[in-house]
Amino acid sequence: MMHAEGLVLRFGAVAALDDVAMEIHPGEVLAIVGESGSGKTSLLRVLAGLQPVQAGSVVFDGQEVLSLSDAAKRRLMRTEWGFIHQNARDALRLDISAGGNVGERLMAAGARHYGRIREETAHWLRRVEIDPARMDENPRNFSGGMQQRLQIARTLITRPRLVFMDEPTGGLDVSVQAKLLDLIRGLVAELGLAVVLVTHDIAAARLLAHRIMVMRHGRVVEEGLTDRVLDDPRHAYTQLLVSSVLAA
Amino acid sequence: MTVLRVEALAKDFMLHLQGGLHMPVLRDVALAIGAGECVALVGPSGAGKSTLMRCIQGNYGVGAGHIMLRHCGEWVDVAAADARLMRAVRRDTLGYVSQFLRVIPRVPSLEIVAEPLLARGVPGDIARVRAKDLLLRLNMPEALHGLPPATFSGGEQQRVNLARGFAPHYPLLLLDEPTASLDAANAEVVIGLITEAKRAGSAILGIFHDAAVRARVADRLFEVHPVRETA
Repeated sequence: MMHAEGLVLRFGAVAALDDVAMEIHPGEVLAIVGESGSGKTSLLRVLAGLQPVQAGSVVFDGQEVLSLSDAAKRRLMRTEWGFIHQNARDALRLDISAGGNVGERLMAAGARHYGRIREETAHWLRRVEIDPARMDENPRNFSGGMQQRLQIARTLITRPRLVFMDEPTGGLDVSVQAKLLDLIRGLVAELGLAVVLVTHDIAAARLLAHRIMVMRHGRVVEEGLTDRVLDDPRHAYTQLLVSSVLAA
Repeated sequence: MTVLRVEALAKDFMLHLQGGLHMPVLRDVALAIGAGECVALVGPSGAGKSTLMRCIQGNYGVGAGHIMLRHCGEWVDVAAADARLMRAVRRDTLGYVSQFLRVIPRVPSLEIVAEPLLARGVPGDIARVRAKDLLLRLNMPEALHGLPPATFSGGEQQRVNLARGFAPHYPLLLLDEPTASLDAANAEVVIGLITEAKRAGSAILGIFHDAAVRARVADRLFEVHPVRETA
């Protein structure tokens, strides 16, 4: 579905990406883990066409993403792709209603029938466990977890095939994280989504991902089946990462 | 018909955080299992029985050798398979019941048991009936089926785990101490499930701490020898 190779991204003397390759197949959940500064978020932004690179290629459905026009990238982001930000407020519009935030994406993708948009919006609010009765409220009044679920509804209503997620549970209370992770897990399996998930939360990666990539200093140090990488880590850095997790 | 053929398998651990400590665990392991056969791994504690099982399951990578498994009519080498192939192998061919259930928050027990069937495309109602039957057979009252197993006792969690492992028919089923936390009545149910799975053509590779259980289910023993430190 998507593959990338030879990605190089430098900020001055610092290499955010140093010859990185990846691939993802339909229905597959790939977690990219590593500490802050490992390059994982840079990689996500490059794959989603949000960040230009010095070298390399990203191919989605046979087309080179990096050479697409901005308009073509926006079209992909409205239809085939979705992007879930760590901070829901970066994605939501706080000046319009919760329902407006969700239905707006559908309108941007071409839907025009008001009743049907409202119906579909209510359906997606229920899917993310938000009472549709709160559709007309302003999302500013929602808790952090609810805002995050609203962002998920807003992203998935257009039925993307590939979703990029940047620390989707970061900054939330632990109990809220568990609920959100489980919600994401259910939706991903049910909709057969391909997901590229960036996280520093090893437990979240274990719960959601089929495959895992461990990054450090802009390079992929280890990659493979999630439980294999986490239970039998080979690289010194992966061993450190796994052994640093507190068992609950 | 041979289902699994392990050839010249070696497994070492390199513990970088312990100053690069090198631990050889398996050397030159060769083992074959046929359909309908149950092989019990035996050997002293620490000899590498669980490690061998985890290598076959793909949970541990191997250092050398092959783990040939008959998957959908073709031989695949688990030791060299990529993540996507391993997912397909685990869905269709290779079942594993670990000693402990890895609990997924908020998911009801019935869904945990039905999940491997749903992953194969079995319709939801059929999968859930099968899941319910297995849980009841393992003496899990229906009132518990709708609850996530996080608050269950160890024995109850293990029965959810076992029901999940026996729900689909796997050509090869790996069992790591399946009766360790069960009472005699439930151990008896597990012996029945193993016997039925063998009759249905499953090859079973197990670690059975309980000698009486082992004697009743195993057709053959396979001894795992501790590796003598040579380095």
